[in-house]
Amino acid sequence: MTELTQLPDLLPVLPEIFLAVGALALLMIGVFGGQRISFLVNGMAMGLIAATALFVMPYGAQLGTTFQGAFVLDSFAYYLKQLVLIGSFFAIAMSWAYARSQNFDKFEYPVLILLATVGMMLMLSANDMIALYLGLELQSLSLYVIAAINRDSVRSTEAGLKYFVLGALSSGMLLYGMSLVYGFTGNVGFPQIAEVLTRDGASLGLIFGLVFMLAGLAFKISAVPFHMWTPDVYEGAPTPVTAFFAAAPKVAAMGLLVRVVIDVFQPVTHEWQQIIVFVSIASMVLGAFAAIGQSNIKRLMAYSSIGHMGYALVGLAAGTQTGVEGVLFYMTAYLGMTLGAFACILSMRRKDGMVEEIADLSGLWRTNLPMAMLLSVILVSLAGIPPFVGFWGKWYVFSAAVQAGLYPLAIIGVVASVVGAYYYLRIIKVMLFDEPAEKFEAMPVELKVVLGLSSIFVIFYIVLPQPITTATALAAKSLF
Amino acid sequence: MIDWPILTTTTFLPLAGVLAILLVPGEDEGAKRNIRMVALVTTLFTFVLSLFIWGAFDYANPGLQLVETQEWLGGNIGYKMGIDGISMLFVILTTFLMPFCILASWESVQKRVKEYMIAFLVLETLMIGVFCAQDLVLFYVFFEASLLPMFLIIGVWGGKRRVYASYKFFLYTLLGSVLMLIAIMTMYWSAGTTDITALAKYPFASDVQTWLWLAFFASFAVKMPMWPVHTWLPDAHVEAPTAGSVLLAAILLKMGGYGFLRFSVPMFPEASEMFAPMVFTLSIIAIIYTSLVALVQEDIKKLIAYSSVAHMGYVTMGIFTMTEQGIQGALFQMLSHGIVSGALFLCVGVIYDRMHTRDIAAYGGLVNRMPFYAVAFLIFTMANVGLPGTSGFVGEFLTLMGAFEVNTWVALFAATGVILSAAYALFLYRRVVFGALDKESLKSITDLSLREQVILVPLIILTILFGFYPAPILDVTQGSVDALITNYQAAIEAAGHTVQAGAPAVAH
Repeated sequence: MTELTQLPDLLPVLPEIFLAVGALALLMIGVFGGQRISFLVNGMAMGLIAATALFVMPYGAQLGTTFQGAFVLDSFAYYLKQLVLIGSFFAIAMSWAYARSQNFDKFEYPVLILLATVGMMLMLSANDMIALYLGLELQSLSLYVIAAINRDSVRSTEAGLKYFVLGALSSGMLLYGMSLVYGFTGNVGFPQIAEVLTRDGASLGLIFGLVFMLAGLAFKISAVPFHMWTPDVYEGAPTPVTAFFAAAPKVAAMGLLVRVVIDVFQPVTHEWQQIIVFVSIASMVLGAFAAIGQSNIKRLMAYSSIGHMGYALVGLAAGTQTGVEGVLFYMTAYLGMTLGAFACILSMRRKDGMVEEIADLSGLWRTNLPMAMLLSVILVSLAGIPPFVGFWGKWYVFSAAVQAGLYPLAIIGVVASVVGAYYYLRIIKVMLFDEPAEKFEAMPVELKVVLGLSSIFVIFYIVLPQPITTATALAAKSLF
Repeated sequence: MIDWPILTTTTFLPLAGVLAILLVPGEDEGAKRNIRMVALVTTLFTFVLSLFIWGAFDYANPGLQLVETQEWLGGNIGYKMGIDGISMLFVILTTFLMPFCILASWESVQKRVKEYMIAFLVLETLMIGVFCAQDLVLFYVFFEASLLPMFLIIGVWGGKRRVYASYKFFLYTLLGSVLMLIAIMTMYWSAGTTDITALAKYPFASDVQTWLWLAFFASFAVKMPMWPVHTWLPDAHVEAPTAGSVLLAAILLKMGGYGFLRFSVPMFPEASEMFAPMVFTLSIIAIIYTSLVALVQEDIKKLIAYSSVAHMGYVTMGIFTMTEQGIQGALFQMLSHGIVSGALFLCVGVIYDRMHTRDIAAYGGLVNRMPFYAVAFLIFTMANVGLPGTSGFVGEFLTLMGAFEVNTWVALFAATGVILSAAYALFLYRRVVFGALDKESLKSITDLSLREQVILVPLIILTILFGFYPAPILDVTQGSVDALITNYQAAIEAAGHTVQAGAPAVAH
């Protein structure tokens, strides 16, 4: 009798509870306060996220499993949750100026981001397939709505609809795969499935399940060949939304993929490794070549993010602890660079509204030298040129692949990165070599802050690399 | 002995200059002047500081000196700086040429002076870093990062086709060096460290050596550049501003030769021996073919660029002879070419600043109005040809001697390059300087200004000094080169023994 009434241990799940309750409270405030106080809601949402990251996670939450093993908070989840919180925090921060100038002050926006964040955190802590699906859908449904949040814009609603239809398809595939895995192992819990796999190996049906699950998850990180939605959604969604999509959800989905592949399917590494290798190569190559022809900077960033997911997967393909460390580091670097890049894209605003063409950046060195220099640094870092942080991301994932003997993958990867360097250089060329175009409006202060922080991270990581590598090493260790 | 980190200080001192330049306010003429002064003072300071490195250099020690280590990335990848006889002179060469580059840009660069000087100072830090780094990863960071400032220098301050040239330069060299990156990772995982001294002692398996050697070769051959991957160089040279060309020819190309000496030969001796004939072939093609190409050039800078490729052919040939003369000669040739080709590009800059064209056809009879210029240009042309008594002779002669010891045919073909280089260089000189001054636009051309004399005179002195008295350079490199050859031969013999020891076992 006492067994049934006992509450599960809530300390590991405290950050999620805190954020979920906070999000609902903010929803109430928004509904009763009306659109007037959407700025207040914005600020409070940022406050909630900051409080979660700074106080609840370090001082309240406890590592451990709860809900009969469905939920786990280990160093891996802990590290990635911090990244997700950082991503969400800055995504809301960066939407302020846009909201002011573009009549985008909807209080639903921060609330939806909070809910998506809760979903992402649940995903990262999922330790069985039900929890995984719950977290993933909470995140996805919030994201569908966010993509279409600019209801009056045809492009935004189109983006939302496209994202929803394809996302639903991928969720279907994921569910189908999970049901097969459940059917062939008789378990939904990750450790139990891994146990069965260690004992019996992989049957054909189980491999089918694995393939479908990977397809569903590859969609979420927009890896080739499940990337089709990305350019359209990136381009169609309002720019702050794109900034959000490019950052936190990618980190969360990649974390989920790592956990599923390493925690659950570790015993059948050989079966999934070739899939990941293929997806990784396809993403890197397509990301590099398809971005060359883009003239819209948001579409270009979409292809760039496809490519970057490919690079991160190089580390995962190794399937080793070094590889997971590499993935974690890569996502950290990617998050920092992406936020900085989008801070610049968001400040591409003239008197008559936002502009998104690469050509609009012409001669930025004359009109706004600091922004031109810092954006160049970030782009060079994205291209993977030392000494910036993007290079170290590539260093860690590729060296993990080399350690695992995946030479063809590593060589194709670095060659793709040279092709990728071309399109990043093209933007730098437009900014620094070309004659000036019309001036942008002054950069809002919060974007300056984001760009500044991102640049500091990108440039000065090299001076003090140990804190991050220690953290990623610790996080990766908890999976093995 | 010096008990403070002089190498780190020298390397990063230019960055302090960058900070100072960032603090200079305003856009007017006065601000530009201040920026130039800051850059000049910084580079002079760096040069003086680097002379202390020479002062502290111990000629008797063939190993690393002035070593500085610092915990860095963890996992045996550390921050390690140090110099030996091979690298020390490159550091000095870099710091020595930088003030000239700043002076050469004094009047010719008027737009975006601040960014220009920042790019040069950052580039100086990276170039010094390349030659001081004693950790493979650290080396790679400096090596590859040096592409960026050069990309900007060509792309922003270059000529008409600057965008094409800067892309080509960047992507070509990047493609070469990413393959080296994979090789570095492989070495890290098999040897467990990226310390260069430790790696030179680590015995890589023969088949692994082959692949690693090829990966490093891909990077250094492009950088050097060797035929047939040299095509980026003429474009980059033609489009780059004068000071950019100087650094490109004098320092950046030497990173390739330095890389061969620092990595390929000591770390992969067996592969180096195996591939030596291939390197000889490519070097000879480079010497003869690019000399012929230089003959038909219509653009002064392009002609000098092709002659650089030919001269680098002597360097690669000399290095892979693995003889004392060959390697000493290669090192000497690199340093001499650094001074001479740098000076030649400065000479081109002098007339380009006046006429704004590099077409050979646009000149002629300059000797009538510019006698001092004609003398300076003549001395450097002769040094480029390799006339005895100039520094160009010593390097060519030594490398040819080394080649003769190894293979007469190689020496024979390479020696034809000496004749060809005389042909194109004298032909150029005759068309630009001699003849009648009948072009209307040249009638009012002025001779060297004081600033230009200050730039060219020290280079003339060095060219002739090292031509008559090469000992200061050869003494520095002697110890390290001897050690390099000894270790190389020991490694080859050890490999030979294992093969011989293995052969009977197979026979049984």
